[in-house]
Order: sequence, then structure tokens, then C-alpha cells
Amino acid sequence: MPETPENPPSGGKPARAVPPTRREPKVEAAPEALDDAGIELSSLVSGLFTDEKVEVGVEVDEVSVRVALDRVPAICARMKNEPSLAFDYLRSLSVVDYVDRLEINYHLFSYPKRHKLVIKADLPAQAPVVPTVTGVWRTANWFEREGHDLFGVNFAGHPDLSPLLLYEGFEGHPGLKSYPFHDYDEW
Amino acid sequence: MPSVSAIMKITQTTRAADSSVDMMINMGPQHPSTHGVFRLVLQLEGERIVHAEPHIGYLHRGSEKLCEGESYAQVITLFDRMDYVANLNSELGFCMAVEKLMGIEVPDRAWYIRTILCELNRVASHMLFYGVFGMDAGAMTPILYGFREREKIQSLFESVTGARMMHNYFRIGGVKEELPADFPARLAGIVDELKRAVEECDRLLTGNEAFLARTRGISPLSAEDAIDFGVTGPILRSTGQIEDVRVSEPYGIYNRFDFGIPVGSTGDCWDRYYIRIEEMRQSLSIIEQAAGQMETGEIQAKMRRIARPPKGEVYVRSETPRGDLGVFLVSDGGPKPYRVKVRTPSFSNLQAIQHMLRGAYVADAVVVLGSLDIILGEVDR
Repeated sequence: MPETPENPPSGGKPARAVPPTRREPKVEAAPEALDDAGIELSSLVSGLFTDEKVEVGVEVDEVSVRVALDRVPAICARMKNEPSLAFDYLRSLSVVDYVDRLEINYHLFSYPKRHKLVIKADLPAQAPVVPTVTGVWRTANWFEREGHDLFGVNFAGHPDLSPLLLYEGFEGHPGLKSYPFHDYDEW
Repeated sequence: MPSVSAIMKITQTTRAADSSVDMMINMGPQHPSTHGVFRLVLQLEGERIVHAEPHIGYLHRGSEKLCEGESYAQVITLFDRMDYVANLNSELGFCMAVEKLMGIEVPDRAWYIRTILCELNRVASHMLFYGVFGMDAGAMTPILYGFREREKIQSLFESVTGARMMHNYFRIGGVKEELPADFPARLAGIVDELKRAVEECDRLLTGNEAFLARTRGISPLSAEDAIDFGVTGPILRSTGQIEDVRVSEPYGIYNRFDFGIPVGSTGDCWDRYYIRIEEMRQSLSIIEQAAGQMETGEIQAKMRRIARPPKGEVYVRSETPRGDLGVFLVSDGGPKPYRVKVRTPSFSNLQAIQHMLRGAYVADAVVVLGSLDIILGEVDR
């Protein structure tokens, strides 16, 4: 006899009524709080990249620029070499898994100009590939290897994508939301 | 039986062949000078290093992924375990990220407590560096002095937070509890002792002839290379770049204090060392100013018990003893973070070692690694 709530196993307690689901609080978006330097940078970027398909927006207190995947290295190089932008410091390169897509974030900072910006690009969830930016900032090397390890993003043109944080032969990409949490085999 | 001259000839040819063959030296993962579990494979030509390949990940615990399964208040304990020598500085990075996303105003007194403890933690971390770096360079005494002073700070932390390490003392919007009643008196005593100790340490090692020979002019780093490699903190400042997040993007109450940013000129190992000695003096000055300005008041902002930041993402920087700690926090409006990416200073600083060791003598590899002051818990996360 199948064990269903209607047919509890012999000796077992009868199934309890399902408790009413708690109402989740309403989710609000964080307010935008761009300072004067950010507003200035935002208009500067919109003016400079008229020939590219870029989408200039705001993330709380930071200017965000959404770009097409294949234009990432070209735009990054322009961000670094354009004297009025001069983004010489790649603060962080991170991948976020939104299940239906991946998002790659390049957090930039400029030491001479003292402004900050984030470049974003969307990747497909299946077989994500993005051109490398190691030619623009050498610090991208390990960040990209980490992204390859944990999220399976393939950085085309990267000099060496061997495992960095994981061991050789590790299967799967533990950063992804689909990777099980506390479910692992003892070895 | 071959003649003597034939044997001579054979040895000569093998010698010639040997000198063109690269030698591989494996350093670590279990090696006393690797400051944790870290492996460095050196390819040599004679005594010169032609290629150094760092291998990390031995301490990878998946902290970033674990953050996604904990509530915001619980995540702080995971940050304790990243930079396990400057725990409080790590905790502060995450708390600030959540506070920025939620728009929380942290009360003044909480900020003073945080600042005093973070600066004390910076001194403790640099004291550890002082001792260990001395040992890397072949001096046995500094570790005893460094650890003795660090111990005083640890015992003060114990009286405040209940733990010598892994404090879990900072909270989103403030700190866990009020300071003990004897804290101001103990702090004043410890600051006085530390001031004397820094001078003592400085006299003991800085000008030592053998120490200078091991560190002066060893693998200098230029400011351009440092920025390109994402090197931050004392190592970036040693190249002459004036950059400190506490001053350039002031957070908390750092704009209320008067302190200097020590910078070097050549970016060699000695500069990297001396920047940290000077930073200890500046930190002690900040602590004294903060203790003088501190007033009674609230230590926790008014907020809901369970933090639920709005949907959005923030990137927050703070200056830890090792450099620029960046926390990238993505929230979907739920009770747990959607994604936490921690840009740790040691990770990027260590990456530059490949560049710094190219062409250096193999005997200097340990000193160069020591001068970076990496914490593997932070590198591997």
C-alpha cells in the first residue's frame, strides 16, 4: 500500500493538517542614493559610449553599465584607457547565479579620478562563455579562475583555467544555486 | 676501465647539461614559512627563480556559498573565520554592507567601540606580522616580542567579547553589548604599553644589519604593477601610492580623527615591513583620540530583530590590516543573503607573488612571501 497522507503506514500517526502558509512580507527595492560624483559619472558614461549598446543605470549608490557579452573586453579596455574615466583598478569580478541566467559583475575604481562603477553582463545559464579581461587588468586572472571553478563560466582566451580553489578532478560547480548545500559524500 | 681524462670529460658534459636543466622546488603545502596551507612551486635556473606557480585552495570552505544558507545575523560568524587574525575588521565589512543596504544609522557610541576594537585588531595583526616576518628573515627574537604584545590585546578582547578570536561581537546596526566597566582604564594602560612596545620592536629589528641585508631592495614593486594586480593595503602604500580607504572613502567616524597614511618609496620588502610599524603608531593615535571623544549612549540602532534588507545590491569597501576588503552583497528581499562575494585583500595581494618572484633569488622567496602578510583563511575562503 503506498504511503500517502490518506493511508498512513500502520502504527504511524495520522497525517497532520498542512499549516496555513505564512504570508511573506512585501519585498521592497532599495532606494537609489547616487551622490553628485555618481550623477556626473553617469552622464559622462552615457555621453562617451553613444556608439555602443550600453544601458546606464543605478545600483543603490553605484553607477551600473549593462553591456553586451561579446563587447565586455573592448568596453573594459576603453574604461581603463579613456583619460576622463581612467578605471585602473578592478576591485572585484563576481558571478551571480539567477538560475535562469548568470550575471557577471566587474566592480571598477579609478585611483586618479576617485570614482567607481560596475559593469554588468548577462550570461546564459547553459554553457556560459565570456571573453577574458586578463589583457586589461592582470588581477582578473585569479578572479576568472575562481568564476570558472565555482560557476562553470568559460572565460575565452584566459591563459590558464586550471582549478584554483577546488582540487583537480572536482565535479560540478559549487557556487551555482543548483548545487546541493549540505549534501555531500564522505570520502 | 675509462681513463681519468675520460671521466673528467663525462663530468664536464653532465655539468653543462645540468645548468640548462631547470630545477623544480616544491614549497609547501606543509612548510613552516607558508603561513598556513599554501604551496609554491619554484622553477629555478641556478639560484634565480624563473617561474613561481602558487597553488591555493587548501583551506577552501565555501564561505560565500555558506552565507547563502544563513540568516544575516549568522553570516557574521563566517566572516570571523575569513581573516582569522583580524576578525573584527572582517566582521565590520559585512555589517557595513547590510547597514548600507538597509539604510541603518549606527549610533555614535557603537561606532566608537567598533573603531577602537578594529584599530586594536590592526595593531594585533601587525604585531603578529612583525614577529613572523622577523622569523622569515632569520631573526628569532621578534616573535617573542610580537606575541607578548598581541597577547595583551587578545586578553582585552576576551574581556569585551568573551573570545580571544572568532569574537562575533559586531551586530548589524551596532555591537553586541556594552563594554565592561573597567574597559577605559585597561585600554589606557594597554595603549601606553603598546606605544612603548612599538618603539622597542622598532629599535630591535628595523636597523639591524642582517635584517637590512635580507630585506632592502628585495623584489621591489612599482605602483603601476601594484594597481594592475589589484594589490592594496600596506603593500600598495609601500610603492608610494597614497591610498587608504579610511581616508579616501571614509566610512564610520574615521573623518573625525587626525592621522597620517605612511607611504614608502621603493616598494621593497623593507618598505612593506616599515609601513606596518608606522601604521601601528597611527592606529594607537586613533585609539587615543577615539577614547577621548567617546560618550555614553546607545550601542544598537533601532531595527527589527531579524534583518530583512530590501531587494538590491551594494559593494562596500573597508580597510583591513591587509588592505581593501570589498563585500558585494546581493539581496532578494528575503531573510538570507542571495549572494555574498568577498573580495579579500590577501587573495589579490598573493596573486602578485608570481610577478614579484620572477628573477629573484630562491633564498628570498620566503622573505617576499612573508612581506605580503597573507592569511590563507582569507585567500581560500
